[in-house]
Amino acid sequence: MTPDAHFQSHYIPNTEQEQAEMLATLGLKSLDELFLDISDQYRNPFLDLPAPRSEQEIHRELSSLASRNRPLNSGPSFLGAGSYHHFVPSVVKAIMTRGEFLTAYTPYQPEVSQGTLQVIYEFQTLIGNLYGMEVANAGMYDGATSLAEAVLMACRVTHRQQIVVSERVAPAYQQVIRTYAQAQGIEIRTVGDWEPEVNANTACLVVQYPNFFGEIEDLSRHRQATRQQGALLVVSADPMAMGLFNPPGHYDADIVTGEGQSLGIPTSYGGPYLGLFTTKGQYIRQMPSRLVGKTVDTQGRTGYVLTLQTREQHIRRERATSNICTNEALYALAATIYLAATGKQGLRQVAELCYHKAHYAAARIKQLAGYWLPFAGTFFQEFVVQCPADPATINRRLLEQNILGGLDISQPPYRSPLPPGVDRGMLLCVTEMNTREDIDALVSALGEFSQ
Amino acid sequence: MNKGGNRDTTRLLMERSVPGRVGAVIPPLDLPAQPMPDPALLRSQLDLPEVSEPEVVQYFTNLSQLNFSIDTHFYPLGSCTMKYNPKVNDEMAFLPGFANIHPLQPAATSQGALELLHRLQGFLTEVTGMAGISMATLAGAHGELAGVLMIRAYHQGRGDTRRTRMAIPDSAHGTNPASAAMAGFDVVTLPSDQNGNVNLEALHQLAGPDLAGAMITLPSTLGLFDANIVEVCRVVHEAGGLVYGDGANLNALLGRVKLGQLGFDVAHLNLHKTFSTPHGGGGPGAGPVCCGESLIPYLAAPVVSQSGDGGYLLVTPEHSIGKIGGFHGNFGVLVRAYTYIRTLGAAGLKAISGNAVLNANYIMAALKDIYHLPYDRRCMHEVVFSADWQKDRGVSGLEVAKRLLDYGFHAPTMYFPLIVPEALMIEPTESETRETLDAFIQTLREIDREVTEDPDLVRHAPHTTPVSRLDEARAARQPDLRWRRPV
Repeated sequence: MTPDAHFQSHYIPNTEQEQAEMLATLGLKSLDELFLDISDQYRNPFLDLPAPRSEQEIHRELSSLASRNRPLNSGPSFLGAGSYHHFVPSVVKAIMTRGEFLTAYTPYQPEVSQGTLQVIYEFQTLIGNLYGMEVANAGMYDGATSLAEAVLMACRVTHRQQIVVSERVAPAYQQVIRTYAQAQGIEIRTVGDWEPEVNANTACLVVQYPNFFGEIEDLSRHRQATRQQGALLVVSADPMAMGLFNPPGHYDADIVTGEGQSLGIPTSYGGPYLGLFTTKGQYIRQMPSRLVGKTVDTQGRTGYVLTLQTREQHIRRERATSNICTNEALYALAATIYLAATGKQGLRQVAELCYHKAHYAAARIKQLAGYWLPFAGTFFQEFVVQCPADPATINRRLLEQNILGGLDISQPPYRSPLPPGVDRGMLLCVTEMNTREDIDALVSALGEFSQ
Repeated sequence: MNKGGNRDTTRLLMERSVPGRVGAVIPPLDLPAQPMPDPALLRSQLDLPEVSEPEVVQYFTNLSQLNFSIDTHFYPLGSCTMKYNPKVNDEMAFLPGFANIHPLQPAATSQGALELLHRLQGFLTEVTGMAGISMATLAGAHGELAGVLMIRAYHQGRGDTRRTRMAIPDSAHGTNPASAAMAGFDVVTLPSDQNGNVNLEALHQLAGPDLAGAMITLPSTLGLFDANIVEVCRVVHEAGGLVYGDGANLNALLGRVKLGQLGFDVAHLNLHKTFSTPHGGGGPGAGPVCCGESLIPYLAAPVVSQSGDGGYLLVTPEHSIGKIGGFHGNFGVLVRAYTYIRTLGAAGLKAISGNAVLNANYIMAALKDIYHLPYDRRCMHEVVFSADWQKDRGVSGLEVAKRLLDYGFHAPTMYFPLIVPEALMIEPTESETRETLDAFIQTLREIDREVTEDPDLVRHAPHTTPVSRLDEARAARQPDLRWRRPV
């Protein structure tokens, strides 16, 4: 067959001449000869892809696709439910796009990876502090998988195979727990009122804080219910709420996980995000994913290394605590920069802004005829509203006024945990990104449906 | 590392903290303050740093400079495909219409994102010769988990519940057995033969009514194309099992062969390897799972589908193994991979594999007289040497690799695959110049001379890096995993 015409890509330095010279050192004449281990029948299949494009054309094509999406900052937006619109300071992107961080591999060679390793050690410290927990790992894929891995860990720690999950945990998280747990024969009980369900066979109780519907649950009650039965308390907590509310560590939770996206990571249609995973010191050898530890070099200088690697798949193989390898290190960096820049005072201030703005919105919507708030308890930045009309209809109307409404929770899987009579629920989220004008516009638009 | 002034990186954020400093100004509240909850619910203590913005930028910038990276150093880390990560990919992922959209916003307001995903699904199934794909998986190992869960669901869906064993070659990545175990399978090890291929005799013995499938990496982690691969797939299929393909090494095969045509039933791709998305110091990645016709109903949710009216939407396959992540996958990574494939086209992808394999063979030929080559045959995208000839002179593979750091080259992957003693696995990728390859070759020859003439120099390497060899035993024995306030 005729060899392929030479293709000079700007990503490949070798010229046709250089290729020929290098092939000659191997006694070969064409690139195709490198692939003769592949039998003729299967070698060089036709590849039906669009023709290559220049960078300029790429910009045009991708910008055109992007322009058909509605960004959150193009108008008032009140959608949350696990992905949150928060402000990202410029320093975050400026640092995380540095090639030295962006294009490094997992820090398996600590002598030339101290930057990444020290950042992860900082990350472990700050996330531990945020959740009031002793140890944090280097990160997981996202909040959902982090919680699922917490369930598997609780079963390893307790040698029990049954878990109790509150029905007010995000439905997507419940589904991911199911995907992870079912193959291992773990029995999942999903309950509204868990206390009678937590028994001597229960590995853990899984709750969310704030829960999917925005409520701040009473973790001391959960702690009591689990402690009596020797079960672990596993909490998935929004890190931004930690700027204001007691962390789960305050209530002696055993494993605390979370979605780190709120900490300086764009919503990006759902990923990449960052799983947070923390626990008590006594359980570190059962933790999934990487850990960075502090040590010294041969000259006594402080340095950082990946440690306790005998838990991990590249050493322990089928007996590892998890199969996780590549996770989200770049976004652990983003979260660390975010927490450093926003800082002790700033995080509290942002959390308070979210709290006040959400409560202002809730108070005003509650005054509209036909709207009511089914949950009376404390909430942070999200709350459920029972609407006078179908939430999907309302959302369409809001969008006509360039307002992105809340999540329609009138349909499965969202509806079943809701109290009776809440059949037209909408889950609204208000953050520091929403101005008073945004909120007033929302209230005014919702008012059109008042009865 | 000790440096002068406030550019010193030794002090951690909490040690730099000065009460009253701020790194960000938060806007004032623009509406009436609302009643606060029960104070017992509010936290009194929040231990975060108080540092100014210049300190943040200087600290992290100086930390970054302690790293080797693709942008600063040749990074021939075998099995990791450390190729150039195009800048345009990042810029496209940062477009506000991509970076700033919400995963749950109505499909009508995210048609551009869904169309991109739908096209990428088409590109990746075309490249692999597969019929279906889910891109919901968030890394390679995550894709493996989804893939083996699909195999499990497939057998169970047919009422075939006896298939509890998963065959995995002794050369496989550790993630393979770990993923199979997470999916509830018993792992059985498949030995390699003397040419580095799957041992067919051993496979025949394992192929029975309890075999769920086999997880095969192609090319293998030895960097070799298994000439018997079609036969391997046939034997597994005849026993009623399915063949899983670990796509970690797909860079060698782009446009050269399609996994689906060889007989693979399900395979994951590492977009952060083959399709040039940055590793970020350990992620994010993306591990889409491709499959043949019979496994499509079992794919992880969601997948992107096109409706009759031409619009795009997210759907859950009929017998899906379920959701495997919080939302729809690592979209920002998928945008980068889309941009890469769109930039290169078929001819470009084929040039990638051709030059990646050429560069690896060029290194192999130039070094095999002084570094032992356990499998002396054509390699694919990477070459696995053994440093046992150096070990005979008292210097280990690890020490040779550490000495490379002194010369400004990242180390190869060491001691993997496990079946090669003192393994040094070198993957140059297509994006290096011949000058760099020549310099690397010269350096490895020089280090071999040092092994003879000055072995201690190599044994105690590295000497020029920010820190020298670190005490890993101490780190594991007395774990110090976080900063604590001195008491």
